[in-house]
This record gives sequence, structure tokens and C-alpha cells, in this order.
Amino acid sequence: MSLAVDDLQVYYRTLRGDVRAVDGVTFDIADGEIMGLAGESGCGKSSLGNSLVYLTGRMKYVGGTVDLDGTKLPIWDFEAMNEHRFRHISVIPQYAMSALNPTRKIGAMTADLVGSRGVPYKHVAGEFIRRLELVGLSKDVLGMYPIELSGGMKQRAVMVVSTLLDPSLLIADEITSALDVSTQKAVAEMLVEFRDRGFVKSMVVITHDISILYQVADTILVMYAGHLVEKAPADVIIGAPSHPYTRLLISSLPEVGVRYTERRLHGIPGTPPPLLAPPEGCRFRDRCPLASAKCVKRPPFRELEPGHHVACWEVGG
Amino acid sequence: MSVLVELDGCTKVYRIGSFGSKRLTAVRDVAFGLDAGEVVSLIGESGSGKSTIGRLILRLSPLTAGSIRFMGEDVSTFKGRSLREYHRHAQGVFQDPFSSYNPIYKADRVFKLIKDTYFPAVGAREWAHKVGDALDAVSLDPAQVLHRYPHQLSGGQLQRLLVARALLLDIDFLVADEIISMLDASTRIDVLNLLGDLKARGLGILFITHDLSLGNYISDRTVILRRGVIVEMGETEKVFGDPRHAYTRMLLAAVPQLRHKWSADGDGRTVAAALEGDGIGSALVEIERGHLVRLEEGA
Repeated sequence: MSLAVDDLQVYYRTLRGDVRAVDGVTFDIADGEIMGLAGESGCGKSSLGNSLVYLTGRMKYVGGTVDLDGTKLPIWDFEAMNEHRFRHISVIPQYAMSALNPTRKIGAMTADLVGSRGVPYKHVAGEFIRRLELVGLSKDVLGMYPIELSGGMKQRAVMVVSTLLDPSLLIADEITSALDVSTQKAVAEMLVEFRDRGFVKSMVVITHDISILYQVADTILVMYAGHLVEKAPADVIIGAPSHPYTRLLISSLPEVGVRYTERRLHGIPGTPPPLLAPPEGCRFRDRCPLASAKCVKRPPFRELEPGHHVACWEVGG
Repeated sequence: MSVLVELDGCTKVYRIGSFGSKRLTAVRDVAFGLDAGEVVSLIGESGSGKSTIGRLILRLSPLTAGSIRFMGEDVSTFKGRSLREYHRHAQGVFQDPFSSYNPIYKADRVFKLIKDTYFPAVGAREWAHKVGDALDAVSLDPAQVLHRYPHQLSGGQLQRLLVARALLLDIDFLVADEIISMLDASTRIDVLNLLGDLKARGLGILFITHDLSLGNYISDRTVILRRGVIVEMGETEKVFGDPRHAYTRMLLAAVPQLRHKWSADGDGRTVAAALEGDGIGSALVEIERGHLVRLEEGA
């Protein structure tokens, strides 16, 4: 087991109270697993990803545990996490394109970064250049400023830098969203390549685009309004989802080949509940076609079949 | 069906750099037409000039060369009153609904602005009735959206309000520039279906997108742009079902699909071939009725 998250709760502090972005989340990631984390905007997927690496100022650790390779991560303690950050668990942030220091050349910035972890740059320089070449960047980029690279090149450079110390877990947050389809494909395939070559052991790939996850992820975890909805192998989520939310979501996605004139797709009526004082019980129940009186109690995230977890009272008996 | 909008030889050159010392050709010699009751999707990657074309048609930026005709009249000749009259018939909705509104005004103020500018003589009761009809057409409940501030509404609601605003003008033509890119998956399809409903009411729609599956879902005809040049255009079934240009094929191979994995061996050669050369000098050739392809150099 690479990562084990148990009943994690991370809230945002606001003047009007706590926003329950990650509210009691329990899941595991196996060694070598690429887990896709999908959901709509505001469902807590980025908050979950971020909370495993660093809690920003307004985020508040409320409860739960995170174990990485059997070691408990002190995610509530910013300083103590420095030990693990980048070395054991690393992140490619959303908008990685602006994550690079604009005043430092790529090579110098990387030297600073590994130096801050007590690793001399010359120990990793050869490997760094080799990996840059693997993703199609020449070693000339070491002497370039970020502004000299295109969006796709920056994204690839950030990927190589974040995984330079071979972390156990990599969190890739919406890294393909701002790219053109051709670049998007190259970057997504690179994620799989990095796993296959052992640069990282396991991965959490966060995106709102489920069709990308189907291409690269082994399993997909769907979130809705701060709760987990369903986790299953990618084929099952796309082909035979169980939770009503997943089913409606998948059926609303247009594919190449589906035409408006032939088959009209439908969205999900309604909007997600506010996470500031969310309703008790299942958070999808206001929009759910199967909702019953039972749903005022929160459904457990139970295992229907091996590897297939669902949080719904109405499915699986 | 009558031709609503007709572009011919449209070219747009931006001046960039300090004091406009450099020139950037964003759109080069683009020609296509759009009929009433037709959805044409304009598909391209970033920097392909797709948004520029939308802005040119709406007269939000001036054309460098070529002509755009709306119902037979040259758009570039419109000034003052005739330009305002043009905007009564042609409107645009853009990508980011959150920045299209003034955050300190209630969202429905956009309707009042329309009334003040275009319909000063219409009575309050009649106007309220018109607003009700427009909201109905975009399936919004007036009680839920009127007298609310933009931050109190969802992206889908804001985007639909903008479409309702355009409908108040009795428009014939709508430029929809990436209107659903910022929306969530569960609501975006409803806004897309809304375009289908508008088409059924006889509107001509230019649907600008980078997402091939969305273009394929809604449009009658498709225009594929690359670096400001049309590389392929034709009926949507033809362009998607039988793509002839290497670039179109590369796009189709790269788009992530729900039930088909990217082919493992990849299509490396075609990608490289498609990315070489910029197609200038070669001509658009009609390979079958209504299906035009730019010939590749050396092909």
C-alpha cells in the first residue's frame, strides 16, 4: 500500500464559518497505481490533493490520518512536512506554467531546489538532463528563463523537476487543462511513462476531464461536494458506474461520434449544495433520481466488489 | 436557406511589439459562409485565430483585408446608427461568464442596459414580458436569477443570462466563443443543447471551440483552422468521419475519448508531418461537394 488516507477532514476558514471542502475521506492507493481524481469545480478534489502536500494559510486540518508507505505524514505541521515534501511526496501544481521562478534560469532554479533538500546538484545533474531529453527537451533549457519556453515545454520541465528525487507519490493537479489536444496527449502519456520507468511509484491525477483519466489512470475516484462518491477501475467507472451521480455525469459527456440531431444528451438538473453548512447525509440527494428517506443519513463508502467502492444506500443491496 | 454571413479573403494582421514594430498575421485569407438556422463550428488550437474571426465578424476589431457580408451588406461600412442596428441582429457570448458582468451590479442589469440602448420606447410591462420570454427560452427561472448579484449565480446560469440578453435583441446570428469551456460537465451539455434550440428557431450560430467532441455534437458544418488558415472544412460528418488533412487526423487521434484508448503505437509520423509547413502557398481544393481540404505540400 503506497498511500492510505483515513477519514481525512480539511476545512477552509472563512469569516462566515468553515467550508467543508474535504469532509471525511477514506481511500487507499496501491503501489504503482495511477489514481484519477475527478469531480466538478468546487467539489474538493484540488483541496484533497493539496492537503496531502501542504496546507495553505486558510486551510485547516480537522481530523484523519495520511500514511505514506507506512509512515504517518504530519500534514497539519507545515515545518515537519518539509522532510517529506518533494522527497517522498511531490506535486505538480495547477497552473504549473506559472510555478517557475521567472527570474531564475531553469538549471539554477533546480539547483536551488535540490540544494534546499540537502542534495548537491551535481549528484542529480546527469539524471536531470537525461530526463529532460526523455520528455523531448534539450539540455539547452537549463540556461533558459521560463519565459523562453512555450506552455507545453514549461509543463514538461515542471514535471521533470518535481519528480527529480523519485518521490513515492506524485500529485498532478489539472496539468493538462491549459494545453492544446496534441500537447495534452504528450503530457498525459508522459505521466504513464514516468510511472513505468519508476521515477514515481504512485500518482494522483486530478482533473475535471474524465476522458483524459480514462486514457492514463488505472482507477478513478469521483468526488462530489467534499465527499467521496465512487472509486473503481477506470473501465468500470466509464463502462458500468454504480453511483447515480457517476452514471449521470458519464452519460452527459459528449463523445466524438455523438450528434445532437441523433442522440440528445442531458445534464444533471440542480447545483451542488454549499459547503458552508452543507446538508446532513448524502450531498447528492437533492439532484438524485433514486433518493429516498434513507439518504438523510450519510451513506458509508463501502466496497461493492473487490476494488469497487460506492457511497450510496440505493445501489448494491 | 439563405446565406447569413459570408467571409471572403479575410485577413487580420496585429501589430505587436514596441510601437507596433512587428506584425503578426492572426488570420490569413479565410473564406466561409454560414446560413440561417445553421451551426458552424470553428475548431482550432490556441493561436489558430478562431477567436479573432469571431471578433472580426462582430466588428469588435477591424479587418485588415477581405470582406465580411451580413445579409448581403458589407459589415465594415457600418458606422454609428447602422453599427448599432447591426448589433441588434448579431451578438456574441464569450468564454468567461464571471468576468462578463460588473460584480457590483445585479446580474439582470445587463437587460436594463439593452432596454436603455435599443428599446427606450418600450413600456415597463411589455419589457418585463419580453425578459420573461427570453429567460424562458434559456430555461431559467426568473425568480432564481433576477435581482441577484453575479457571485450568487452559477457559471451556467450566468452564461444563459448572457444568451438571454442576446435573444432580447431578436438576433439572427450569434457568435458563441468557447461558451462552455468554463462550465462543469454536468451543466455544460444543457447550454450546448440550448444552442440547438436556438438553431431550431432559425438562428445562425458560429460555435468557436477547441474541443472536437463538442463541435461534433452540435454543428452542421465544421471549419478546422490552423495558424490562421483553414485546413479543412465541410459537413461535420464528412470532416470527422473522413478527415483528409493530416492535421485534422492528428487532432482526432489526439482527442481523449471516453471509450477508446489512444492507440498504443501512436501516430508519430503523421503528427510530425502535420506540424511541418504552414500550408501557405497551397490551395483549398474541393474534394467532394462542400468538403474542402488544403493540399499538403508535396502531396
